[in-house]
Amino acid sequence: MMRFLLLFSRQGRLRLQKWFTPMTEREKKKIIRDMTTLVLARQPRSCNFIQWKDLKIIYKRYASLYFCLGVENQENELLALEVIHRYVELLDKYFGNVCELDIIFNFEKAYFILDEFLMGGEIQETSKQMVNRSIEASDMLQETLEEYMSKPAF
Amino acid sequence: MSPSVPLQEMIRAIRSARTQCEERGVIQRECAAIRAQFRQTDNGGRSHNLAKLLYVHMLGYPAHFGQMECVRMIASPRYSEKRVGYLGAMMLLDEKQDASLLITNSIKNDLSHSNQYVQSLALCTLACMGSAEMCRDLAPEIDRLLQSANSYIKKKAALCAVHIVRKVQDLGELFIPAARSLLSEKNHGVLHGAVVLITELCERNPETLKRFRKTVPDLVQIMKGLIISGYSPEHDVSGISDPFLQVRILRLLRILGRNSESASDAMNDLLAQVATNTDSTKTVGNAVLYETVLTVLDIKSESGLRVLAVNILGRFLLNSDRNIRYIAMTSLQKIVGTDHNAVQRHRGTIVDCLKDQDASVKRRALELSLALVSASNIRSMIKELLLFLSSCPPELKAQATSGIFIAAERYAPSKRWHIDTILHVLTTAGGDVRDETVPNLIHLITNASELHCYTVHKLYRALVTDISQQSLVQVACWCIGEYGDLLLKGECQETEPVQVSEDDVLDALETVLQSHMSSSTTRGFALTATMKLSTRITDNVDRIRSIVSIYGSCIDVELQQRAVEYNALFKKYDHMRAAVLERMPLMERNSSGNTNGEATAETITETNSSKVTQEDRVPAPPPQQQPAKQTYDLLDLLGGSSEPLQQIPAAQTLPINTSGSAGGDLLDLLGGLEPSPATPAPSVTVYEKDGVTLTLSCEQQSDSSLAVTLTATNASESDISGFTLQAAVPKSVQLNMKAPSRDSLPARGAAQMTQLVMLNNPNKVNLKMRIRISYTRQGSAFQDMVQVDSLPGLS
Repeated sequence: MMRFLLLFSRQGRLRLQKWFTPMTEREKKKIIRDMTTLVLARQPRSCNFIQWKDLKIIYKRYASLYFCLGVENQENELLALEVIHRYVELLDKYFGNVCELDIIFNFEKAYFILDEFLMGGEIQETSKQMVNRSIEASDMLQETLEEYMSKPAF
Repeated sequence: MSPSVPLQEMIRAIRSARTQCEERGVIQRECAAIRAQFRQTDNGGRSHNLAKLLYVHMLGYPAHFGQMECVRMIASPRYSEKRVGYLGAMMLLDEKQDASLLITNSIKNDLSHSNQYVQSLALCTLACMGSAEMCRDLAPEIDRLLQSANSYIKKKAALCAVHIVRKVQDLGELFIPAARSLLSEKNHGVLHGAVVLITELCERNPETLKRFRKTVPDLVQIMKGLIISGYSPEHDVSGISDPFLQVRILRLLRILGRNSESASDAMNDLLAQVATNTDSTKTVGNAVLYETVLTVLDIKSESGLRVLAVNILGRFLLNSDRNIRYIAMTSLQKIVGTDHNAVQRHRGTIVDCLKDQDASVKRRALELSLALVSASNIRSMIKELLLFLSSCPPELKAQATSGIFIAAERYAPSKRWHIDTILHVLTTAGGDVRDETVPNLIHLITNASELHCYTVHKLYRALVTDISQQSLVQVACWCIGEYGDLLLKGECQETEPVQVSEDDVLDALETVLQSHMSSSTTRGFALTATMKLSTRITDNVDRIRSIVSIYGSCIDVELQQRAVEYNALFKKYDHMRAAVLERMPLMERNSSGNTNGEATAETITETNSSKVTQEDRVPAPPPQQQPAKQTYDLLDLLGGSSEPLQQIPAAQTLPINTSGSAGGDLLDLLGGLEPSPATPAPSVTVYEKDGVTLTLSCEQQSDSSLAVTLTATNASESDISGFTLQAAVPKSVQLNMKAPSRDSLPARGAAQMTQLVMLNNPNKVNLKMRIRISYTRQGSAFQDMVQVDSLPGLS
């Protein structure tokens, strides 16, 4: 089971946080601090896996963003890397050549996509097309004329 | 009231803030606006406001005032508001908040909504933050949804069920039939969810596990379908068809086959097929292979398959990708106990990984290398590990040093090699070794008596090179103190001879004493070593004496005490010095945790000295060197030497006192009853010779304590000076002599001397006393002894 997914920039600013187990605010803040220090201190071409307390941390850097996934000990690390990659692909398809700014200004969309891909710490849908279709359909449902007017052309 | 800005404007404003303070200002304004908006009734911009609040929350600012707004939004009929409301619930609410209970009803309603996307929102939120009560409430709903026709909903319901089972284990029973039937689905999402659900149920309940073993053939079928089937654009990842599902099925197979021969047999062929056919050029293929290997090693697989699995791991070890090497070592660690020989074959590669740049890889390689050390490869492995130690990252040093020590101890081919190895470790990483290393090493050295010369030469050389490693310095000082004579002899078969003069040695020890790098313990070692050398060297005893006396006024209490005691050893008890400081006998190794031989030996030396320096009338027992004695029990030494009516045949030994410890005497001193002879006690003359008369009178003070008064007079023609009395009593009796009234007896009985002796006889033994009288008359010393067999005044 996955415990958390964090996205943060090279300067350590948090862009997305998803927690799959209940935790207090203090615990969350501590984990965020620990993860940013741990991951940002790593050398460029080092191993993507870190053992931290009783969890495995899998991280991958895409352009200016670090994707950091915390999983339990029996999980397959190589598959976790694939999970991260799949999520990036989904974001890329949705936003079209995604970059960090997209995720900053449309963070709620990033969450909606994540919620179609992962749920309760497990993978929900293994097909890229299915996830994209679901997101599009949900977006259609949300669109009303007034929302369309206020959405900036980003 | 400031107008509310759209979400993206606000984000832009926050990002353009140049300082933390500016950012805080923007955010405070925005939060105030949001709060005001929340208080208003429905105005269409509610979802935007909540989204803004969530952004602010992600930056780390408090946002709890949005919780009620989330609850309200979830209940709204508009999908856009529901969406953001549920997102807010997942971010701001958790099961510990009271407000989370309020959304239970909304979730329940939304679970039966006509629109599947609304249903999915509710399912997602439940799976994310559903508390135990909510789970209990809604479990039947979830079960119903598991059987719906809509695969989109089914897959989400399956994962929701997983969450429920994790929260409330008993509800697992409810989902078993639905889970079973889901395995026949074609939709991969549903299949995946079903496999996860079955895995969770089986892990938690062994009964359920037995029931689901019957599904192994079905799972094997599904896997075969995935491997053999042609390219499927929906699920393909770099040539592998749905690796996520494959890995999950493999994991479930592992759990089902773990302790079952029949289940393991049923999956043998499949696992062999996956292991051989999966393309391992990309990460995704290796992920599937990795899971296969883990499964093969965990179930009761046949040996051919196991060999195949270990070979795959061996291939992984040679992969250029660091991640693959890392996981290979992690897996090998798991099987190094059971398939030791198979892992040994890859020892070379593993040892090479010690030199890898990456810290994670290094750590795994270290653990695995330490597990692979055996009697046959000990020399080469330790050589590699010592090389590793010199360039090791600091967080791994402690683990490396203790691992090397344990391995060396278990498989050392020779004592000399063992000592060399430990010395090497101490010179490289002396700061990171555990505390027991020093006594362990000293014990080892003592027991290797043929290597004393070699060891002390090596240690001396190490000491003059570098005195920063505390453990090394401590051991070196101890050895130089013990075997200094061997060092000065200059010849040694094992190493090249080096001329070391006494001054050199004392210089080295003094450098340690004075260096600011030396810890207090180290300086204590050095001081004791210097002292020991006083009996092993011939010319520079004065230098030692001066060193010792300087430290008599050291600020460090430990050093000061030692120096003072050693000083006393020089001054008053010079005759005992050789005996006290002679070579240590072989020590028995105590189990860890107790005081080790070295420590107790040290304390014995010190306590002896401290007994010597105490300025009370109780003469100290002379130290009894019994080389054959194994235990160095403090009390035994003091008690054993206190046979009361025994004369120790040594030069000028003093009569032994009782076994009353120093503490006991002290107590007697403090609790000593004031002598208050109400009636003159009967006195009896116990000694009369050469004009010196000694009388004794007793008075019972209490049940077990007795006050004895000794009176001495001098009837002779010449004065007596330096008159002292010493007394000995049976073992269980405690004796305390008070100060005498005077120590000179003028001639012709001009004055008499009295001395009070307090006796404590708790065991009521027969009281006897032996008194030694010593005095000087006309320049010559006299001594005499008298035994009193029964004390007067006693009933």
